[in-house]
Amino acid sequence: MKSMSLENVRIQLGSAVILPDVSFDVKAGECFGLVGESGSGKSTVLRCIALLFSNWSGDIKIDGKSIREMAPFERCSTIQMVFQDPYGSLHPRHSVRTTLSEPLKIHKLDNHQERMEQAMIEVGLPVEFLDRYPHQLSGGQRQRVAIARALILNPDILLLDEPTSALDVSVQAEILNLLVRLREEKGFTYIIVSHDLAVVDHMCDRFAVMQQGNIVEVLPRSAIPSNDATAPYAKELIEASLVYERNL
Amino acid sequence: MTDPNLTPDIKKSSRLPEPVIALRNIVMFLLKHPTSAYGLLVLAALIILAIIGPLLATHDPYLQDLPNALQAPSGEHFFGTDELGRDIYSRLLYGTRISLTIIGIVTIVVGPIGLTIGTVAGYLGGRVDTVLMRITDIFLSFPSLILSLAFVAALGPSLYNAIIAISLTAWPPIARLARAETLTFRKTDYIAAAKLQGASGFRIIIKSIVPMCLPSVIIRLTLNMAVVILTAAGLGFLGLGAQPPLPEWGAMIATGRRYMIDSWWVVTFPGVAIFCVSLGFNLLGDGLRDALDPKQLNRR
Amino acid sequence: MQEPNSKPILSVENLSIRYRGTPQDAVRNVSFNLGRERLGIVGESGSGKSTVGRALLKLLPTADINADRMQFQDIDLLKTQEKDMLHVRGRQISMILQDPKFSLNPIQKCGPQVAEAYRTHVKCSKSEAKAKTIAMLESVQIRDPQRVYELYPHEVSGGMGQRIMIAMMLLTDPKVVIADEPTSALDVTVRLQVLDILDALVRDKGIGLIMISHDLNLVRNFCDRVLIMYAGQVVESLKASELGNAQHPYTKGLLAAQPHIGGSRDPLPVLERSPEWLKDVKVI
Repeated sequence: MKSMSLENVRIQLGSAVILPDVSFDVKAGECFGLVGESGSGKSTVLRCIALLFSNWSGDIKIDGKSIREMAPFERCSTIQMVFQDPYGSLHPRHSVRTTLSEPLKIHKLDNHQERMEQAMIEVGLPVEFLDRYPHQLSGGQRQRVAIARALILNPDILLLDEPTSALDVSVQAEILNLLVRLREEKGFTYIIVSHDLAVVDHMCDRFAVMQQGNIVEVLPRSAIPSNDATAPYAKELIEASLVYERNL
Repeated sequence: MTDPNLTPDIKKSSRLPEPVIALRNIVMFLLKHPTSAYGLLVLAALIILAIIGPLLATHDPYLQDLPNALQAPSGEHFFGTDELGRDIYSRLLYGTRISLTIIGIVTIVVGPIGLTIGTVAGYLGGRVDTVLMRITDIFLSFPSLILSLAFVAALGPSLYNAIIAISLTAWPPIARLARAETLTFRKTDYIAAAKLQGASGFRIIIKSIVPMCLPSVIIRLTLNMAVVILTAAGLGFLGLGAQPPLPEWGAMIATGRRYMIDSWWVVTFPGVAIFCVSLGFNLLGDGLRDALDPKQLNRR
Repeated sequence: MQEPNSKPILSVENLSIRYRGTPQDAVRNVSFNLGRERLGIVGESGSGKSTVGRALLKLLPTADINADRMQFQDIDLLKTQEKDMLHVRGRQISMILQDPKFSLNPIQKCGPQVAEAYRTHVKCSKSEAKAKTIAMLESVQIRDPQRVYELYPHEVSGGMGQRIMIAMMLLTDPKVVIADEPTSALDVTVRLQVLDILDALVRDKGIGLIMISHDLNLVRNFCDRVLIMYAGQVVESLKASELGNAQHPYTKGLLAAQPHIGGSRDPLPVLERSPEWLKDVKVI
């Protein structure tokens, strides 16, 4: 179980400031949500943590160690990510077997077959699916493969970028259950980006509200049903979701 | 979009390797349409004739028989004889080998070079991209025939020099195409996932980007083959490609054109051969464009 | 709310749609009536809900549409030829699509697009159309209609783009509006605004609204009646206020599978699909 902290992370492209100054802490084993509207910068923060964007200033630390000081392979086995679009996150020409064995080959691990089967079982997919291609899988099944791929290197921290927003409601329930179960069993730390406060309420311990690259407020999960937010934007956002959910 | 939860399970029996299945699907698709079927048949015929051509020839293509020069097509000489009495039919058959050699070597050289330069430039971006693309621009700005002329003038006319000259000008469009495709694919989530796993740029380009660029590049190469045939024929016609007595089709037209008016068969049959092959590759390339459309490729 | 004695504006009986070259119907046995009310059609991907919407406007060139009845006021939609459908689409029956980024023409300014759509159906001068457009933009609560008139689609936000779309589609005073996932591409705060605007306009003008969505919450709060679709058929039809008492196991499963704010943290009940649901529904 590892903790993470972001300190004064800033990205500026030319004259556009995408993230002015982002700082927050995530406790070890916690599920931390990032909530905001489109353009709020929440996905950008995730990509900074994953070092998919590397032109940010400031520091991101895992258990006190800066991620920039970590060897690349150490980073890979600490932080992994699950992407939003199940139809874009798997290579269309790679079978599930290839998708899962690539990271094992890159890190020169042994026992490929065993590890892959283990990963498939953990995400609830039949082992026979190893020889299937993405176009032979449904959205929910693809997302499970994406989760298996993230798990196979045994990371400590999982970054989840709207993992269920492109899925049907019934499939979303399965994937959310899977993610909750995995966290309970393995003690992952999750950072989950979502625009859906119901998902955040279901899964997270704490969450941060973002607006235009700024963290407006960090709140505990209990603040949602009763709208205990103090910052006006956070209050507005939670209110809108509550109204949307309310029964007639 | 149908809910694939209702998709039946894949039968275990259809466990041929994926590339074989894809190839079979592509060939079946091509055979369904008359134009692309023609293209496929032309390619097949070219390959078969290159292999067994000599068995079907009725005469030695190099054997001169001056008393029988410029004979019209007959039972003995199917396509007639040329100005030195050589059997045109047999020369055409032996010429398929030359044509196939030209196409084969050019494609094998141009494909990988263009693909490499294009994908590396597209993926790495920045200065590498600029430098590689400016080099590509330089080669692109030469008309192929002029460059070939210069090359051959410097090194002397021969078939192999002609092939090298054609290759030098055929790779830039492939490089540009590969770069354009790479620019789209490099932003995808699966590439981001590969980076997150610690894959090196080299590995990502070879395993993830090249397979996605292949369909467009293959189509472009196929369409290119038609142009290559014509360019080689043009060079042969100018006396800069295959040298006599090699039965290269363009050279046959060049040497025969003096006798064209009275002995039409000397230039017509090689001309028809060039036309058929060129057209065939054009149609094959067109058909491949539809066959390699991702929606087609994914049908099982 | 629908006046019980009025004739329905749109009447569909036993609609079935099959894409040419496919072995099965994409939609079958669909029947409903639409009055001056808001009807929601809810389903997951592959349920056929968008297909039904497009079939009503005969926007499916590669499909065969069959029905016992597909009547819009006194027009038999089944028998209507393409050239006559051009007078129906956008004039009598309008459609609002999901993402204004893709449904507005990116190389034309917003205002002229709306005005042009109006002039296609109503004979008037350019300045008249412009005046009407600006008035309509104001009624969808765009505060600075003159300025927005001159903007390009990429220069406006998602919410504003969708409001422009609504303005375009309601300017010709249609009798029926089909909204296909009109708020899915929008943020939550903006969604409510857009829905309020649509609500007010539909009520004022007495328009029949068909709201196609995958979002049960939306349909529950916004519509009067709801049709639930699964695998091409309507499996349940009920009043939105009575969704809590749904009978069909699919509807119940769908309602239970969604996470709710303030709900328990137990695993969400997973929908168990039964092959029973694929059997032909009895035609009402």
